[in-house]
Amino acid sequence: MLKQLFKYREMLLVVIIAVLLAAFSARSPGFAKPANLANIFNDTSILIILALGQMTVILTKSIDLSVAANVAFTGMAVGMLNAAYPGMPLALIILIALGIGAVLGAINGLFVWKLGIPSIVVTLGTLTIYRGMAFVLSGGAWVNAHQMTETFLQTPRQLFLGLPILGWTAIVIVAIMYLVMSRTFLGRAIYASGGNPTAAVYAGIDVGRTRFFAFVISGMLAGLCAYLWVSRYAVAYVDIAAGFELDTVAACVIGGISTLGGIGSVAGAVLGALFLGVIKNALPVIDISPFAQMAISGSVIIAAVIFNARQERRRGRIILRDRGASEQIEVAA
Amino acid sequence: MNQIALSEPLLDTPLLEMRGISKSFPGVKALNVVNIALYAGKVTALIGENGAGKSTLVKILTGIYQSDEGEIHVDGKPVAFNNAQDAIDFGVTAIHQETVLFDELSVAENIFLGHSPKTRLGFVNWKAVNARALALLHSLESNIDPRTRLKNLSIAQRHLVAIARALSVDARIVIMDEPTAALSRKEVDDLFQIVKRLKAQGKAILFISHKFDEVYEIADNFAVFRDGKAVGSGVIAGTGQDDIVRLMVGRSIEHAFPKVDIPLGETVLAIENYTHPTEFRDITFALRKGEIFGIYGLVGAGRSEICQSLFGVTRPSGGKLKLNGKEILIRSPGEAIKAGIVYVPEERGRHGAVLQLPIYQNISLPSLTRTSRSGFLRAAEEFALARKYAERFDLRAAAFSVPVGTLSGGNQQKVVIGKWLATQPKILILDEPTKGIDIGSKAAVHAFISELAAEGLSIIMVSSELPEILGMSDRVLVMREGLSAGIYERNHLSAETLVRAATGNA
Repeated sequence: MLKQLFKYREMLLVVIIAVLLAAFSARSPGFAKPANLANIFNDTSILIILALGQMTVILTKSIDLSVAANVAFTGMAVGMLNAAYPGMPLALIILIALGIGAVLGAINGLFVWKLGIPSIVVTLGTLTIYRGMAFVLSGGAWVNAHQMTETFLQTPRQLFLGLPILGWTAIVIVAIMYLVMSRTFLGRAIYASGGNPTAAVYAGIDVGRTRFFAFVISGMLAGLCAYLWVSRYAVAYVDIAAGFELDTVAACVIGGISTLGGIGSVAGAVLGALFLGVIKNALPVIDISPFAQMAISGSVIIAAVIFNARQERRRGRIILRDRGASEQIEVAA
Repeated sequence: MNQIALSEPLLDTPLLEMRGISKSFPGVKALNVVNIALYAGKVTALIGENGAGKSTLVKILTGIYQSDEGEIHVDGKPVAFNNAQDAIDFGVTAIHQETVLFDELSVAENIFLGHSPKTRLGFVNWKAVNARALALLHSLESNIDPRTRLKNLSIAQRHLVAIARALSVDARIVIMDEPTAALSRKEVDDLFQIVKRLKAQGKAILFISHKFDEVYEIADNFAVFRDGKAVGSGVIAGTGQDDIVRLMVGRSIEHAFPKVDIPLGETVLAIENYTHPTEFRDITFALRKGEIFGIYGLVGAGRSEICQSLFGVTRPSGGKLKLNGKEILIRSPGEAIKAGIVYVPEERGRHGAVLQLPIYQNISLPSLTRTSRSGFLRAAEEFALARKYAERFDLRAAAFSVPVGTLSGGNQQKVVIGKWLATQPKILILDEPTKGIDIGSKAAVHAFISELAAEGLSIIMVSSELPEILGMSDRVLVMREGLSAGIYERNHLSAETLVRAATGNA
């Protein structure tokens, strides 16, 4: 029954997105044209990738508020690297970005794993620290478009079958994350650690280590996004992606990833991100001010939370039944 | 109904009387037409094994549960306890085993939390709060400063605060649910002084304890519960301990336990002087192939804690563990599973299943290292494993891909047991294997345990249920307060010996 609900929920998101697209294209013909849809998807790629990282962490009953700061620091690092060593191959730069991101994620993960500090506290701290590090690294200076190489800036923009490489990157990451979550030991451990940490421990799963790896994945994806972000906007400065961590959380919540852990899917996170992407792209088209956009996004998030809460309550019945059963057991004691 | 009057009947009108109380939970009849009477100025001891129905009775008395049948009379008049407030209004108050108090609040705040005296404007009247707390503590002959923060008090002093809190609602009927469980002898003496003072003030006290010496020291009357029935009551004076023990355990035991005698093989697991910093000390035993080794004791005696340390959930601070003659160290449940030891925990709902995950993923969870290849899962193998163990347990579900949370309690249990057996263990630790299960399923579980032992598994079975321990075990380790109170061979087992060893009633 629960699974059907999930299916229902993901289908529901698809339907809502389709309805939105139809409504917007009624107001502004051409909105639903393939080229524009590809454009929206491309525009949402970074959010999709970051939301998948966030999802991995949230599934283990944690949260990563430092993703955007990670993007800022790693983005600054690769931007400066490209400016200083224009001859460095792009593949190496991307590897370095993944590496820096992974290390920043591992730092979060180690605090959560080894010191048992709640992830919200750890990443709230590293959020400030990583952005501060970006400032220290650059001295507050910007890396501008003219300092970066053509390859660095243009590669993600190359079209392949009508979609830029940026969009294809997101598709590849979605596929990889789908495999990781559904076909690997780590993926299963992530669901189990968030779904019932005690049962996971008893089944021989190291919950702390699993959380650590979730943070590493999140950090690594943030590292990748750092390069994508800097090349897309052709600038690196301390404040890039400020507040974007909240968008990633919002995408997860809208996509039905339970903030209590253990429930959620790759498809959900992707659809959640796409939903935000469609709204963001559509509202200017129909002449709604950016401020109204923020209010609308906010309302949608709250609506999603209410929807989730209702779903949790439905699930809660099972938990209550379970609690009733264990209370019985206690009664017997 | 099932009363056996051991001594002369009690004549006065009781302050509170429960008549014909029954309470059922799905699959379990927790209380079955129970009568009990509490008298002003008297301490009534409620005695019974774990599972006898004592806690359910307390919850009905305090309005947390409502009885299915029966009446409660206060001062001879029928009353209804529809919620906790009703019970408080009729002067019923309970002091629980683990009292919920707040470390960072003052003693007075703890005592009056939720019912503080108010000023005319609706603000808390701190002067009154502190003054009344002081008066209450004085009436208990304590000189704790009501303004001290709770965290600065000793355990015994906290207990006193809990009692003061219970009395702050003008209690006439005081329930003490194993109040001495965490106390030292000196503190118990102090507590008994308080109980005597409460008696002198004319309060009726329901005193729940496992410890006979305490019951004989403090109680006037007693009531014995067994399997949800009140099987005897009377006046303590003139009733022998043996009579009470017999009432507690008295039932025919041998039938219905399909324990098959299996020739025991070599020693598989041996622990020597196993010690935990706080939970148990100097435990030594050896487990043989095909053996069912029972561990009996009261709740809190350290039984589950030993099993958890064998399974790597906690680590012992001393002692040796030998598996097949080789000394090894088990540092995590993962290592235990690899070594062939599995632990089926007591709270199968909380510790057992991941309710959101489908059946087959739950069954394969502890066996993933076996069913996966270089980190990649193989769904076909997982399904095969699930099918095998689901068939063995006659698990009923629409599909193996439905979440375990959608199954009935009984089927969830099957998933949990299946997932442990799927690891192909050598040693199976069962913590209260039949707790909360109805009688019919119990027999099936027992038959199954015997079958596993016959297949050569070694089984450690922790149980609070005497018939189960007596009927199933080859040998029984009795634990008392973290120490071994002896290991008894099957042919030397009797209910009385075990209860005496476990309660320290020589």
